[in-house]
Amino acid sequence: MGREFTVGIGGAAGDGLDKSGDTLAKSVSRLGLHVCAYNSYQSIIRGGHIWLRVRIAEEKAYSHGDHLNLLIALNQDTVERHAREVESGGAVLYNSDRFTCETSLLRDGVVGLPVPVNEITKPLGRVLPIMQNTVLLGALIYLVRLEFDSTVGVLADTFGHKGQAVIDQNVKILRGGFDYAKEHFVPLMKDAWKFSRIRRPFVTGNELFALGAVMAGCKFYSAYPMTPASSILHWMASHGEKCGVVVKQCEDELAVVNMAIGAGHAGVRAMCGTSGGGFALMTEAIGMAGMIEAPVVVVEVQRGGPSTGIPTKTEQGDLNQVFGASQGDFPRVIIAPLETYDCFWCTVEAFNLAEKYQLPVLIISDLLVSEHPETIEPDDLRYDVPIERGELVTEWPSGNGRYKRYANTSSGVSPRVLPGTEGAEYVAATDEHDEEGILISDVFTSPPVRRKIMEKRMKKMELVLKDIKAPVLEGPADAAVTLVGWGSTGGVIREARQLLAAEGIKTNQLQIKYLNPFHSKEVTEILRKSKKIICVEVNYSGQFARFLRAETGITVHDKILKYDGEPFEPRIISEEVKRIVAGKPRDLDVSMEEAREMAYHYIRTHLADAARPTRVEMVKGNSHGEPVWVVEIVKRDTGEKSGELEIGVKTGALHAWQPVAAGR
Amino acid sequence: MATVVELPLETYQGVVEPDWCPGCGDFGVLRALEIAAQKLRLPTKDIFVVSGIGCSSNLPGFFHSYGVHSLHGRAMAVASGAKLANHELHVVITGGDGDGYGIGLNHFIHAMRRNLDLTYIVMNNQIYGLTTGQASPTTTKGHKTKSTPRGNVELPINPVALALVSGATYIARGFSGEAKHLADLIAGGIAHKGFSLVDVFSPCVTYNIVNTYPWFKQRVYKLEDDKGFDPTDTEASFKKAFEWGDKIPIGLFYKSEEVTYEETEPALKKGPLVRQPLTIEKKLFDDLMAEFY
Ligand SMILES: Cc1ncc(C[n+]2csc(CCOP(=O)(O)OP(=O)(O)O)c2C)c(N)n1
Ligand code: SF4
Ligand SMILES: [Mg+2]
Repeated sequence: MGREFTVGIGGAAGDGLDKSGDTLAKSVSRLGLHVCAYNSYQSIIRGGHIWLRVRIAEEKAYSHGDHLNLLIALNQDTVERHAREVESGGAVLYNSDRFTCETSLLRDGVVGLPVPVNEITKPLGRVLPIMQNTVLLGALIYLVRLEFDSTVGVLADTFGHKGQAVIDQNVKILRGGFDYAKEHFVPLMKDAWKFSRIRRPFVTGNELFALGAVMAGCKFYSAYPMTPASSILHWMASHGEKCGVVVKQCEDELAVVNMAIGAGHAGVRAMCGTSGGGFALMTEAIGMAGMIEAPVVVVEVQRGGPSTGIPTKTEQGDLNQVFGASQGDFPRVIIAPLETYDCFWCTVEAFNLAEKYQLPVLIISDLLVSEHPETIEPDDLRYDVPIERGELVTEWPSGNGRYKRYANTSSGVSPRVLPGTEGAEYVAATDEHDEEGILISDVFTSPPVRRKIMEKRMKKMELVLKDIKAPVLEGPADAAVTLVGWGSTGGVIREARQLLAAEGIKTNQLQIKYLNPFHSKEVTEILRKSKKIICVEVNYSGQFARFLRAETGITVHDKILKYDGEPFEPRIISEEVKRIVAGKPRDLDVSMEEAREMAYHYIRTHLADAARPTRVEMVKGNSHGEPVWVVEIVKRDTGEKSGELEIGVKTGALHAWQPVAAGR
Repeated sequence: MATVVELPLETYQGVVEPDWCPGCGDFGVLRALEIAAQKLRLPTKDIFVVSGIGCSSNLPGFFHSYGVHSLHGRAMAVASGAKLANHELHVVITGGDGDGYGIGLNHFIHAMRRNLDLTYIVMNNQIYGLTTGQASPTTTKGHKTKSTPRGNVELPINPVALALVSGATYIARGFSGEAKHLADLIAGGIAHKGFSLVDVFSPCVTYNIVNTYPWFKQRVYKLEDDKGFDPTDTEASFKKAFEWGDKIPIGLFYKSEEVTYEETEPALKKGPLVRQPLTIEKKLFDDLMAEFY
């Protein structure tokens, strides 16, 4: 395994944190290192805690990992919340003009590195507060043994449109931080990196949905803003004109999907994107696309549900919804991209399937794969993508007789004529219809016509199944445990398996990309041989495990589930696997770290954010009917105790707030 | 895009006979649309008729052209997508008052704001016909229907006034008892560059026992006969939009020339999207990729 290093950057929303993260990631990637980052952001625009992790590695990193080697704290809050996560040998880098970092918060072998930002920037004239990030970034370059010039290049590209003076100022500030670190600190990395200097694109899944669509010939994109799908709309909007795409922000998701279907029916490749709530509004129309056999691609980027849920957090909780979307049986394809670069190819394939089989293709993504940026290989994306439009008839000479839009063919695919073609006029109907598209829903209802047209439509799914790749088992066949996942968890499960292998637990992995149609036969054959099947999903109930049972009759032995809004990290999975293998029950108690996080929530909502938690202790005998975490709360400015919070270990109930004044 | 010669009216008639109740107002609207298409010499291949769900929304199945008989309330959105995909098509939306002013109202208003070049014909029978006679958004206050046995308590929507405030650039009202007059209004709407609304009194002879043919015949008069009225005078249009009672105006309420959505959309500059190559230039791809480094 190659070397790696993880930087965490924490601050308030509005601190310009993602810009700094982006500069760091791009600087690193230009040196030929791999980067995988994750931003735990909140949906408030200013204030609120933001936590960005940037994992830097010599070999491909499939997740943001579970290490922390350097913490860059942009506010006090970050120090308090994350300083103790920094591993031995690491450091906390912070602006010492603004706040302090108590050594009591640090693990053994971790140092606090104060940077007097004002003093460093004073000779440079008026400097925006947000520039503290650049000072710290300069120090980081030294500490992590990166190259100063690489970051200068990134700054030049980022601020190029603002003119040389702005670039120069930024570089000076960066230099100030770098020089200060060189003078006062020692590098955290012992040895120098091996810079491969391979230039890699640094991308998010949403950017690749958009780019993939453009490369596949998408000419129409519609959306209604909804996190975490909005960045597809933003990319499309800023590139649409150049790429010849009509990008339409609509009045609601009903319009979004119906417009895309109208465009698809009229003959252009059309796509729309949304999250779970918007998708719920789209469902009836998805059935329409199935019924009128209109090609359309819909991207559903899941976020934490139910209802409006946790808009800026990840989950895989919409599987049931996507499966269940719309009344009746109709053909549709459901694809879940496995990793970032796969978002590009899923989209290309989605358009081909949509047109070849004249049906809606639903891409089910999630916040994690859609929004986290990572480096991919330069040739992961290609210019010459395959474009297959299926049976498209461009002329209908009068000798052909009356055109039957829904001709009962043996394949189920009826050759498609686009509106505007001479002599083949037809009306597509969402009511049940005959081969010509004529309604059979009212006075003319004909059971056999209905039966055959229904079979015709559904038959297309057999062809799709032959057209898509069956999943394959990854890892040793004789493994003790088979981990089953779907969509974006592929990478983190793979890394968890590496951890388990290092501890002598042999595992393999089955990662599902095509959810519908489903390779029941192949999956059954694989899983029949598995010794212990554990399904890993980012939802509460194990929606895929239930589907798997329905499709294969196989009941998984156990499930590893996460639904707190944060994505899996390798160690969470590996620990859970060990627990399951050891036959231990699942622990749903509030942990000490969680009690502290809950205290932060209380402080923000009830104590005007003017306090912080310190000691956390479990107390067993009390009147609450369960053990409680007693969290001591002190005033942020004076450190004076303001009271104690009592949080139920079992229920998570906030049993009591005992202010000091009231005595206790 | 018009044909050289006027085609026989049968050219525009679908293979299926309409299955509306005998005497239904929608027959007159279908006929008027056929006459309008004939008058404008439109080739059937270039007409795209989109409807929602309702008795009135069955119209595309009885007309000979391309089209989609879509979902209840969604015709406007489907039509908008199709128009943006191929703006050389003459896109006509047909439907009912429930379809367009109830469940689909949001799309209606936004389509007007956009001034897409669409022609919207609403067969306004002030009732839900297909679902056998419940109150609709245009049912008059006090009207007893299956769903309002003690009389409808809500005020009706005023489609003409709504269109006036929403940015439609051609606003008309017809009566299916006046098919020739209606045909002129529809033809005017199709010929108009921008969003056209043609609201039509199209009586439901089965479920609306109040707003019947005789009821309308007694009241309607043509705006064209009011020599002092000028449909380019917005204030005058507003006044006419609120005229209701013993005398009810039909005809062209409002017309103005504004830039259309299609004209401002840069991606449509090179012609209809359906005819654009699927693949972008290699150089553009390289530029897009460069942004990721
Ligand atoms: C989403 C949805 N809700 C309800 C219906 C049932 N439905 C069909 S037509 C209709 C009302 C039709 O009224 P209108 O649009 O005025 O047409 P009319 O039959 O009067 O011409 C309703 C409620 C439906 N098809 N879809
Ligand atoms: S129910 Fe009314 S609207 Fe429907 S076809 Fe009969 S008369 Fe026409
Ligand atoms: Mg009606």
